Amino acid sequence: MVYLKEVLEERLTASTFEELAMPLFDQLYNFAHWLAQDRTEAEDLVQETYAKALKGFSSFQPGTNFRAWMYRILRNTFLTSRTGLRASASMPLDAEDEMEISAGPETPESILIDQSQQQLLQTAIEALPVHFREALLLCEVEEMSYQEIAETLSIPIGTVMSRLSRARKALRESLQHKLART
Amino acid sequence: MVDHWTPQLDTYLDGELSANETRELDAHLRTCPSCAADVLSRLQLKRTIHSAGQRYSSSPEFRERIRKSIAAKPRRSPVRMWLGATAAVALLLIAGLVTISVRQQQLQREHTFSELADLHVATLASANPVDVFSTDRHTVKPWFQGKIPFTFNLPELQNSEFTLVGGRITYLGQAPGAELIYQIRKHQISVFIFQDRAVGRDLGSGSLSLKDLSFNLQSWTKDGMRYFVIGDASNNDIRTLADMLKKVS
Repeated sequence: MVYLKEVLEERLTASTFEELAMPLFDQLYNFAHWLAQDRTEAEDLVQETYAKALKGFSSFQPGTNFRAWMYRILRNTFLTSRTGLRASASMPLDAEDEMEISAGPETPESILIDQSQQQLLQTAIEALPVHFREALLLCEVEEMSYQEIAETLSIPIGTVMSRLSRARKALRESLQHKLART
Repeated sequence: MVDHWTPQLDTYLDGELSANETRELDAHLRTCPSCAADVLSRLQLKRTIHSAGQRYSSSPEFRERIRKSIAAKPRRSPVRMWLGATAAVALLLIAGLVTISVRQQQLQREHTFSELADLHVATLASANPVDVFSTDRHTVKPWFQGKIPFTFNLPELQNSEFTLVGGRITYLGQAPGAELIYQIRKHQISVFIFQDRAVGRDLGSGSLSLKDLSFNLQSWTKDGMRYFVIGDASNNDIRTLADMLKKVS
C-alpha cells in the first residue's frame, strides 16, 4: 500500500506541476529568448528549466511565489550557461549595488517614443547589460513587483530599484542617441 | 527640468511608492506641467517596452514537447503490476516444482534401474542363480505359485534363440517379485516382474528403454504388472525378448 501511495503522490505532483508551470510557458520562453538572444539556446534553457523545476518541485514551498521560483531557476540556469557566463562577465560591476535613482540629464521631449518605434526599442533593450535587461523585463514585461523581482534575482529590493533605474537611464540615453540620428 | 520628484517618477509608475508618497505626487503632478509631461513620457516608454518586450514566441511543437516531458506519465497500475509480478513468481514456482518433481522422478528411476542391475549381477554371480532350474516354462511358472502375490505368463520360446534358464524369488523395494533368467547365445538376461503399485510409482507409465551402466533395459507396465528386462545382451535381443513377453502377458 505504501507503494500505491507513492505512485499516487508522484502522479499528483506531476499533474500539479503541469497545471502550475505550463501557463508560464510563453512568458518563460520569451524571457529565455531575451536572455540568450538565440532560439536554440532559449529552447535548451526552457527545457532545462522545466526539467529542473519538476525534479525539485517537492522542495517548492506551497504558498510561496511559484512564478518567481520558476524564473529564478531559468535565470540561474542561464547564468551558468556559456552565454550567461559571458554576458555576466561583461556586466559593469562598478557601483552595482549603489542606489542610483538619479534620472540623468534626459528631458521628457527627447525620449518620446511610440509603438512604431518598437524595433528601435528592442535593439536598445538587447544592448543592455544582462543584469539590467533582466530586471527591466521582469518589471515591464512580466509586471513583477519589486519584491518579486528581488526574489527572482535573489537580490535586495534596493538593488532591484538601482538596476531598474540604471537600466531605464541607459535605455533612454540609447534611444536619445538613436532618435537624434534619425 | 528636474525637481526632487523626478527620481520617484518611475517608482510611482511602477506602483511601488507608499500610499502617502503616491497621494503627494498625485497632487504635485496636477500643479507641475513639467513633471506631468515627464510622467507621460515615461508612461509611454513603459507601455512601449511592455509590448516590445513580448517579442518572442516558441513553436507549438516545442511547447508540446515540454508539456509531454513534464506530464504525469501513464504508468501501469500498481494492481496490475502486482498481478504481473505474482503471476511471474507463481510461474517460476511452478516451473521450479515441475523441475524438482521431474528431477526426483528421474533420480528415483535411476535408483530403481541401478538396483535392478545390482540384482541381475548378484544373480549371475551367485553359486545358485536360480531356485527353479528348468527350461520349461510350464515348470517354472507353477513354481512361483504361493510364493508371490501374483501370477504371470511366459512366452513360448520355440523358433527363437532364447532359452529359459530358471527362476527365483526377488525383492525390489521390499516388494516380492519373480526373476526369470533367459539366455541368448552367451548372454544371460534377467526378467523381473513386480506388481506395479509396489515398485512402479516413480517410474512413469508405459514402456521405456535405456542403456545405462552398460546394461540394456526395457521396462513397461501391463495389467497392473511392471516388467523389466535387463542384461548385457544387445538392445535388439533385449527388445525382442521384451516383445515376446508383452505378447503373452
